[in-house]
Amino acid sequence: MLSIKNLHAQVDDTDILKGVDLEIKPGEIHAIMGPNGSGKSTLANVLAGRDDYTVTAGEILFEGQNLADMAPEERACAGLFLAFQYPVEIPGVNNIYLLKAALNAIRKSRGEDALDAVEFMKLVRERMKLVKLNEDLLNRSVNEGFSGGEKKRNEIFQMAVLEPKLAILDETDSGLDIDALKIVAEGVNAMRSPERSMILVTHYQRLLDYIKPDHVHVLADGKIIKSGDEQLAKELEERGYEWVKQEAAAA
Amino acid sequence: MNAVVNNPVEHFQSEYARLIGELDNDPLRDERKAALERFAATGLPTKKVEAWKYTDVQPIAKRHFNTTQAAPPIDVGQVDAVRFGDLDCHELVFVNGRFNAQLSRLGDTASGISIRSLAAALADSDSGIGARLGHCLGENTHAFTELNTAFLQDGAVIEVARGVQVDKPIVLLYLDTATDTPTACHPRTFVSLGENAAATLVESFAGLDDSSENLTNQVTEIDLADNARLDHYKIVQGGGKNFHIGSINARQARDSRLESHSLALGGNLTRTDINTRLEAEGATVILNGLYMVDGKQHVDHHTRVDHLVPHTNSVETYRGVLNGNSRAVFNGKVYVHRDAQKTDAQQSNANLLLSKTAEVDTKPELEIYADDVKCSHGATVGQLDEDALFYLRSRAIDESTAGSLLTYAFASEVVAQIKLAPIRERLEHIVLDKLPQTEQIGEFV
Repeated sequence: MLSIKNLHAQVDDTDILKGVDLEIKPGEIHAIMGPNGSGKSTLANVLAGRDDYTVTAGEILFEGQNLADMAPEERACAGLFLAFQYPVEIPGVNNIYLLKAALNAIRKSRGEDALDAVEFMKLVRERMKLVKLNEDLLNRSVNEGFSGGEKKRNEIFQMAVLEPKLAILDETDSGLDIDALKIVAEGVNAMRSPERSMILVTHYQRLLDYIKPDHVHVLADGKIIKSGDEQLAKELEERGYEWVKQEAAAA
Repeated sequence: MNAVVNNPVEHFQSEYARLIGELDNDPLRDERKAALERFAATGLPTKKVEAWKYTDVQPIAKRHFNTTQAAPPIDVGQVDAVRFGDLDCHELVFVNGRFNAQLSRLGDTASGISIRSLAAALADSDSGIGARLGHCLGENTHAFTELNTAFLQDGAVIEVARGVQVDKPIVLLYLDTATDTPTACHPRTFVSLGENAAATLVESFAGLDDSSENLTNQVTEIDLADNARLDHYKIVQGGGKNFHIGSINARQARDSRLESHSLALGGNLTRTDINTRLEAEGATVILNGLYMVDGKQHVDHHTRVDHLVPHTNSVETYRGVLNGNSRAVFNGKVYVHRDAQKTDAQQSNANLLLSKTAEVDTKPELEIYADDVKCSHGATVGQLDEDALFYLRSRAIDESTAGSLLTYAFASEVVAQIKLAPIRERLEHIVLDKLPQTEQIGEFV
């Protein structure tokens, strides 16, 4: 589904990613862990197509398409979804209208008819339950006045409605208390399917207690320096990141 | 052959002589003459005058507007296109400043409500209107107001007796249509609400032809008695080459409330001055404004609120969207006079620049001579929020639509303040039509 080869990327002329290789197959969940400043969020933003992130070498193939050639909206239509670390507040833009426009843009790009208001609301009500989202939030401006937890749940709710092929969850666990974390994790787990892949970008192992990854990667200084299964995450939780870095330096 | 007149003062003087020759029994004879003399003493403002520093009226000065040329006939379809849908209202239609009874839909008015054209009021020797005009003009008028006084021939007089609530909005539709040579009109609106009276007044200036280079130099006077309440909407739209200079001048008595919405959405050069005097305790003024300009359009709002006595309030919110090589000016003056304690004055002006070549000059001006007051102001100039744009695009909204959507959201915060649904909806459409991807963002609103 996603094939990243020797990816180098810059932000403001500073090299952040320095040769990332990653293969993700349909249905797999990959956790990307690493210390602060290792390039985790940069990877998430590069995949989603943020303007000020420049790919300087390497390639990203998403279902055979070269992502670097695609605008963010084209990537979204192709089935990619980024759950933001810091969801943006957009005063004056209605949350639910945005979601409807997003869904219908994606459907249109697939040659499907737009959902009418009734069908759409049926889908919305069903998916809201997954993350126990308060209905009041639907008709508010996007993320405006939402609590931190509500913003993160709104991201997962959007994911549940848009049904992406590949979802990138950028530090979705940060700032959540344990109850909110469980709710978000349940929502994510409900969206697991053999066709849908996910990338969980996280600093802590905590999220992985609730969402079991198939693969865990350690990103440090712009490269993946170690990969393993969920056991690796537990080891990182106990021992920190330093030993992995030393091991990589020795090798 | 007529002598060629280059000086704008001489031009207006000669137009004046021609006009006076056509007027019989003019109740404003002395006022006109005095106003023209005051105008001649200063001439049109130059950029050296602080209040006109950023607005160059040379394009007006060098055109020799004809004052008396009649407007060509226009058809009802053109009027319908700029009407507010099916808004049930008392409507007076003016074409190039002159009242047009055929196009108007005044309807019946209840007792205590008088709505008529200024020309009719001036012709009626019992009306006493001649003595009342100018009542709301303070000391802060400019040369164009003097011209208006010297040349005014038509407009509207609206009088509401104490305790009367006008059942329907009153709409003054000022249409501008192209003439052989550019013409100038100087309409005056005089509104007087008695104690506890209430009304909604819409003054809509619509340019019907993009080719028109006419000047509309309009003045509105608003006199609010104790506890009177007026919702006032001024809308300038259409007309790519015409000029609009206007002022709204209000006097407010105890506990009166003026809500003013000024929407500048068209024209080549549009300048609106709003001056309101809060003359007794409890008087409140709300000033909302939105300007959207593109190409080489120029829009200027100068507002001045005089807090003359204790316990008066003003809240001002203006927003602007600029594209192309357009330019906008906002100058918001709040003058808190000595002893006007407990004044509460808030002001904000936010501007969205959509192009690198657009320019805005925004200036809050607070003069405060009392010590126990609450005054705040804020002015911002910015571009579209990159984070919000990326967020929308990551949700499959294309770049152009995302930009339009954010622009619309910014502008609509002012439009949303409009209580009358047919006017709000019409303005939403006008705003939408100015943006690319109108159809797509229509889904959001």
